[in-house]
Amino acid sequence: MQLFPCPFCGLREESEFHYGAEAGNVRPDAGFVSADQWSDYLHMRDNPKGATREIWVHLTCGEFFMMERDTVTHRVMGSTLLEDATHSA
Amino acid sequence: MTRRYSALTLFKEGLTGQTGWEKAWRSPEPKSNYDAIIIGGGGHGLATAYYLAKNHGVTNVALLEKGWIGGGNTGRNTTVVRSNYYYPESAAIYGLAHRLYKGLSKDLNYNVMFSARGVLTLAHSEAGMETAARTVNAIQINGIDSELFSLEDVRRLVPIYNFAPDARYPVYGGTWQASGGTARHDAVAWGYARAASRLGVDIIQNCEITDFIVEKGRCRGVVTSRGTIRADRTGMAVAGHSSVLAAKAGFRLPINSYALQACVSEPVKPILDTVVISPDTGVYVSQSDKGEMVIGGALDRIPSYAQRGNLPVLENVISGMLDMFPVFGQLKMMRQWAGIVDVVPDSSPIIGESPLPGLFLNCGWGTGGFKAIPAGGTMLAHLLATGTHHDISRPFDLDRFARGRLIDEAAGSGIAH
Repeated sequence: MQLFPCPFCGLREESEFHYGAEAGNVRPDAGFVSADQWSDYLHMRDNPKGATREIWVHLTCGEFFMMERDTVTHRVMGSTLLEDATHSA
Repeated sequence: MTRRYSALTLFKEGLTGQTGWEKAWRSPEPKSNYDAIIIGGGGHGLATAYYLAKNHGVTNVALLEKGWIGGGNTGRNTTVVRSNYYYPESAAIYGLAHRLYKGLSKDLNYNVMFSARGVLTLAHSEAGMETAARTVNAIQINGIDSELFSLEDVRRLVPIYNFAPDARYPVYGGTWQASGGTARHDAVAWGYARAASRLGVDIIQNCEITDFIVEKGRCRGVVTSRGTIRADRTGMAVAGHSSVLAAKAGFRLPINSYALQACVSEPVKPILDTVVISPDTGVYVSQSDKGEMVIGGALDRIPSYAQRGNLPVLENVISGMLDMFPVFGQLKMMRQWAGIVDVVPDSSPIIGESPLPGLFLNCGWGTGGFKAIPAGGTMLAHLLATGTHHDISRPFDLDRFARGRLIDEAAGSGIAH
């Protein structure tokens, strides 16, 4: 069982967490949005091999936060409250 | 040297100590130019190489594999072959794969051990039975064999199942595809490799792609750990690593890579002669010809390239399996592993030309790629030979995401992942 750090609750078991999305995928809202732009936001992903920044939710306390992680080693570099994180690519 | 596999050549070789067999495939040094390059030496890549040579006469082909052939998901799946999908587009492509699997051993002169032992998908509630009836009707209209099974049918077919009245997921019935079954996964890779090599394809292992050659906006080849290799058309069939190659080529894909685990028990005498899938426990089980119980379950929902699963999912899979088959409580588990699968929002594959012209895609099979190998190879070979879609692959083009024409098999056929 891997332990993930919730910014509020500290280290908790991985089964208490749910993966949300890649960080930095910002909804396009500037006037006209083409089908390609919308599809890019809705479906296309970087899906990086190695270091990544992701939005997770700790199901037991309900907090969404950003976690920095490595997709090859599964090592966790840290987690940040969303209000403190820059939610950009 | 003896090339053909038959009872007669086996007997003849027996007289001379089995010393005259030709190597199953050649391992040549890569040339600098080919008519086509295929990236990825799994089942889909090897099948592409074979059908390029066989169906289209294109034999000046390099297949590049960064590790060893069949060492990725082709060697890590649970070997189930079925075609009972909901949408006509899916029935066409998985149906083609299923038909080709049936004749594959003869076609390749290599025993892939396809065994049509049937695939049973259970229903665990009255509502589940209604959904099952609707699914069976749709699949029959698609021209694929499918039957609705009652509780009595399930009892007759799988007497060792847990029919206890207090079972967590009681059985109400299920859907049955009699022509589904299993095949020997390594043999599929090796059979295609041997047949493709015979027809002239260069299979080059330990050859990793580091970059694409792009000239005037077209893909003109690849830069590899074994030198630069040029071709006017390149195809990639690299499953969970599709996004990594796409990034090198300058585009993104609608793919998340996850680990999918499986495990096998010690071998025991024959006790389970069909494939049993329980959508509610999220677990499916079959018995290999060696006697091992082959057990698969749901995805690890943590983006990963690690080729190993985490323990909570394994625990769910084992507990689900024991709920289905209490009789397996004394089995010892032998091995557990994971493959990195390319999961797409609509759980359907992506086949077609990529945003970089000259580079063609065969990816997005997610958790169900093994059953589709002959069709995935046929489609990518058609694209590489002609530059245009086969009728069967056209609906699976990458453009369906911007057009909103998704083929949502996750909802359609009720697969667990």
